[in-house]
Amino acid sequence: MSAPDSAILTDGDLKGTNLDGLKARPLRARRLTTVYVYEAPVRLWHWMTAAAIVVLAATGYLIGSPPPSLSGEASSHFQMGWIRYLHFAAAWIFAVGFAGRVAWAFMGNVYARELFFIPFWKLEYWKELLDEVLVYAFVKKHAKTVVGHNALARTALFFCFTLTGLFMIVTGFALYSDGTGIDSWEGHVFGWIMPWLGGNLSTHFLHHWGMWVIILFVMIHIYTVSREDIMSRQSLISAMTNGYRTFRDDRPD
Amino acid sequence: MAVLETFYDVMRRQGITRRSFVKYCSLTAAALGLGPEFVPQIAHAMETKPRTPVLWLHGLECTCCSESFIRAAHPLVKDVILSMISLDYDDTLMASAGHQAEAILDEVMEKYHGNYILAVEGNPPLNEDGMYCIIGGKPFVEQLKRVASGAKAIISWGSCASYGCVQAARPNPTQATPVHKVILDKPIIKVPGCPPIAEVMTGVITYMQTFDRLPELDRQGRPKMFYSQRIHDKCYRRPHFDAGQYVEAFDDEGARKGYCLYKVGCKGPTTYNACSTVRWNDGVSFPIQSGHGCIGCSEDGFWDKGSWYARLQDVSGFGIEASADKVGLVAAGAVGAGLAAHAAISALSRVRYKGDDAQ
Repeated sequence: MSAPDSAILTDGDLKGTNLDGLKARPLRARRLTTVYVYEAPVRLWHWMTAAAIVVLAATGYLIGSPPPSLSGEASSHFQMGWIRYLHFAAAWIFAVGFAGRVAWAFMGNVYARELFFIPFWKLEYWKELLDEVLVYAFVKKHAKTVVGHNALARTALFFCFTLTGLFMIVTGFALYSDGTGIDSWEGHVFGWIMPWLGGNLSTHFLHHWGMWVIILFVMIHIYTVSREDIMSRQSLISAMTNGYRTFRDDRPD
Repeated sequence: MAVLETFYDVMRRQGITRRSFVKYCSLTAAALGLGPEFVPQIAHAMETKPRTPVLWLHGLECTCCSESFIRAAHPLVKDVILSMISLDYDDTLMASAGHQAEAILDEVMEKYHGNYILAVEGNPPLNEDGMYCIIGGKPFVEQLKRVASGAKAIISWGSCASYGCVQAARPNPTQATPVHKVILDKPIIKVPGCPPIAEVMTGVITYMQTFDRLPELDRQGRPKMFYSQRIHDKCYRRPHFDAGQYVEAFDDEGARKGYCLYKVGCKGPTTYNACSTVRWNDGVSFPIQSGHGCIGCSEDGFWDKGSWYARLQDVSGFGIEASADKVGLVAAGAVGAGLAAHAAISALSRVRYKGDDAQ
């Protein structure tokens, strides 16, 4: 692969820019293509959900395996009460955020919809998926550049985040109806899920499994976005902070 | 059979005073969670309504439902219930046996077709054409279907009839099947529990007698008045749960102080029943009060939901007693190690390409 020399700017290219008067060669300046991908609501939602997941996983784990018993009067503690309160509060943020994100899929740009389905019947998708798998298997050096999510990322997101997240919301509200009562709206809307999944205890169990799926997803997610940010042909982390995806080259794929 | 007496007639005949009768009505109203304004209504119903015939069948079961039932304190079974309902057939309680007993069954079914209540204790095994439970020389499932055909409603006593219970636990060799999966065309009231609380059993019957209708049922067919809250919701140890005070082992300080039994596997938070309010043996106690966690006996498939002494179900297929958390942690460790290795290889391959600036 030979890089097009035109990518490096010359003295002439700097004329009339904020770099006017500087020598181009030592700067090794290049022009990069940048696309506004992640709109503000998507970014806000992403970081809000990330924080909610941290709180949900930590408190959820503690609900399953509580910290060591406290001594003294019961009236002077509210430890499990607070743990559960934080879990429910974070769960509401996660759920409302999820609903808002679904709404934004209709209102936002084309990339806002990628989370919610995979283009199963498009040959291009499967080609891209193979391409990306080969890159991660160190067979190929670079994948195609994509403006939104690459096919592998999209697949992982769809199954491990979108579907699992939805499952956690549905089972979470069903379990929440234990407290609010079977005649509460949570009981009416989500209560049926518990007998369907084999009972209350089984629902707890599967909700617990969902946590581990999401924890593993978060680990892989953080690794891959960091790796892609360093090694791929486009920016990842900054795209989710400022919304702009920068491409390191303009070569055709 | 002669004209059926009313409940009041029966009670007076047995020497119960009017005063005791009114007291019984108010206790029953209280047990059902009804206000005092319902007391005259109950009294009126008892005075005027003829007794409803009840046929009580026994399939695969341990008779613990009957054992519980005969210990009902409000109302006392001895004085009231066995006379209040016209319990025309119950092979463990009735005096007659054999052909005589079976003849009563046929007679009631014919005479009160569409008007009697069928109470089922236990469940029918369906494997080998039902040969694992034979009543009067025939498979129980046949008797059940035959008697159910003319019933007004069916009461499924206990976890056996409601969900299958121990005989339906994996691998369920006799294919024991709960009543609602065999009888599909009748209203069924599930009164789960192993056994159900005596006062819950009599309460369900009293409600049906008094108001001449089925009690309000939840999504799973259980009477809401007894099964709409978890044991956890009304548990007297709940403040210790909220505070974070648990029994860590059955012989520790927490156990002596009566802390929450959550960590030793109490299923109160996942079990719908009235144990923590109605309690057992005339309100004396219930499992949690005696220091043992709830085993969740009124929940579907409680035998197959893991240990009674652990909250988290074991994961079969990952070695003996691997908890979800252990499997999760191992998976997280494996993924972490995999990512670290992948990162190392990525870094190496990048070093080799260093200098390829335009890439």
